[in-house]
Amino acid sequence: MSTAGAGSSATDGATLLQLSGLRLQYATRAGTLEALAGIDLEIRTGECVGIVGESGSGKTALLLSILGLLPPAARIAGSIRYRGLELLGLRAAELNRIRGTRIAMVFQDPMSALNPCMRIIDQLSEVSRVHRGLARRAAEGRALTMLQAVHIGEPARIARQYPHQLSGGMRQRVMIAMALMAEPELILADEPTTALDVTVQAQVLSVLQELRAHSGAALLLVTHDLGIVAQLADRVGVMRSGRLLELADCQTLFEQPREAYTQSLLASVPRLELPA
Amino acid sequence: MNSARAPGEFVAWRRALDRHPGTLVAGGVLLLIALASLVVPALSPYDYYTPQLDLVSRPPMLHGGHLLGTDPLGRDLLIRVLWGCRISLLIALVASLISVLLGVLWGALAGYTGGRTDALMMRAVDVLYSVPFVPFVIVLTMLFGRALWLMFVAIGAVSWLDIARIVRGEALALKRRDFIDAARVAGVHGARMIGRHIVPNLLGVVIIYATLTVPTVILFEAFMSFLGLGVRVPLASLGSLIADGASDMQAHPHLLLVPAAVLATIVYCFNFVGDGLRDLLDPHDRT
Repeated sequence: MSTAGAGSSATDGATLLQLSGLRLQYATRAGTLEALAGIDLEIRTGECVGIVGESGSGKTALLLSILGLLPPAARIAGSIRYRGLELLGLRAAELNRIRGTRIAMVFQDPMSALNPCMRIIDQLSEVSRVHRGLARRAAEGRALTMLQAVHIGEPARIARQYPHQLSGGMRQRVMIAMALMAEPELILADEPTTALDVTVQAQVLSVLQELRAHSGAALLLVTHDLGIVAQLADRVGVMRSGRLLELADCQTLFEQPREAYTQSLLASVPRLELPA
Repeated sequence: MNSARAPGEFVAWRRALDRHPGTLVAGGVLLLIALASLVVPALSPYDYYTPQLDLVSRPPMLHGGHLLGTDPLGRDLLIRVLWGCRISLLIALVASLISVLLGVLWGALAGYTGGRTDALMMRAVDVLYSVPFVPFVIVLTMLFGRALWLMFVAIGAVSWLDIARIVRGEALALKRRDFIDAARVAGVHGARMIGRHIVPNLLGVVIIYATLTVPTVILFEAFMSFLGLGVRVPLASLGSLIADGASDMQAHPHLLLVPAAVLATIVYCFNFVGDGLRDLLDPHDRT
């Protein structure tokens, strides 16, 4: 099924996350807005699923509904099962045992996803302290290890800084390190490279790829960048207006796109060509 | 880790202070006034209540003991002004403590929790807001007699309301930020969320507002004492001294000018200190 991606060796085929008939509606003054119109998606252990689609297609809404981070106005229906456990309707305390420990998230903009008033080390170690009840020293030790794992030079120095003192790429790596703190089985990444320079994008991608190979975590990668998907994903889904139009393994999708929309999406990728 | 933290923060604090030399000066002046108001009355041969009828309304003089002159009952003005400072600074301390502790906690809790809790908590604030303040103090005074603690109760009951509202608004905005979501995903909730993620990010606003509250409160006490509702004679606050001085200002202007100048200095210094404090607490200055 999967192409020979870096993380596919860890795939044992068990279903990690199962979305079925997931619908999400926002009640607005102008009527109901359908953000997700029945999504069926299965993520197996260790695999990387990429979701591509244009802005407003519901990619981010998908991730937020998995984590239970939707605003109160959202109406959600269907089912989200994590290893058979239904996440929808779970109380916050129970949900907290899953998210952060089993499912972690890398946000799009690391600047706004890191607390500006907390030093890096405190933010990272907070995850371990909250979830595993680690003592301060142990949690900080683990934080430093994770910073090293995402290839941050001088982790001890960086750890003592505040988010605004770091560069964009550095921040996103910190974000990734934070997601890895609790050794999750599934990482959700929402446009993890969109806010970064091209060169930094490549570095962050290789860090993601490497860590996935190491930890065997599954990755649900949401992006509008087809290049990233081609590089990382085992399977790719194409989303448009709240629907999953097409879901196929990476190679198939790029070589024989079924849907007209996928074809036009592929055709819209700019190429490095000078006008003749 | 801990040992490495202190010097870095210390350097940052010093740098922020360097950028605001006014803060140091203003803080120093306040400290000096506070110290003087504590120490001088204890050392001086005069007190604030014994009349000296042979030395009535003397102008300030550098010899003969009464540095700032005497009031119409022959009491030493310097000592009376310093007692007034004690009261003003005490009120400032109480008001800022109550407003920062209660206001921040109340506002952050309401804003972060949201929903019905928020509505309930903020309606309670609205109710307190709608109490007409001056009549309220007058009624209290009639019930309990003129007493300083009434002033504390009245100011305490009111000073935190503004901060609670502002903090609640900030908390509402903050909780939609990504890093709150990120913390939630990381399993942070409850007191830890409010204490580590919400409150530190709104401290800047709180400091500014608290330092705006302090002068208002000092002026309010002065106003109440001016109306005769504040401290009980013969004790004086800056407000009651100004009131007394105003009635006699043509003949003996120093009785008005001295306490007025001291009050203005205190209020002005508080404004200055607030400016510098905000910078000290802002992590964006720590480079």
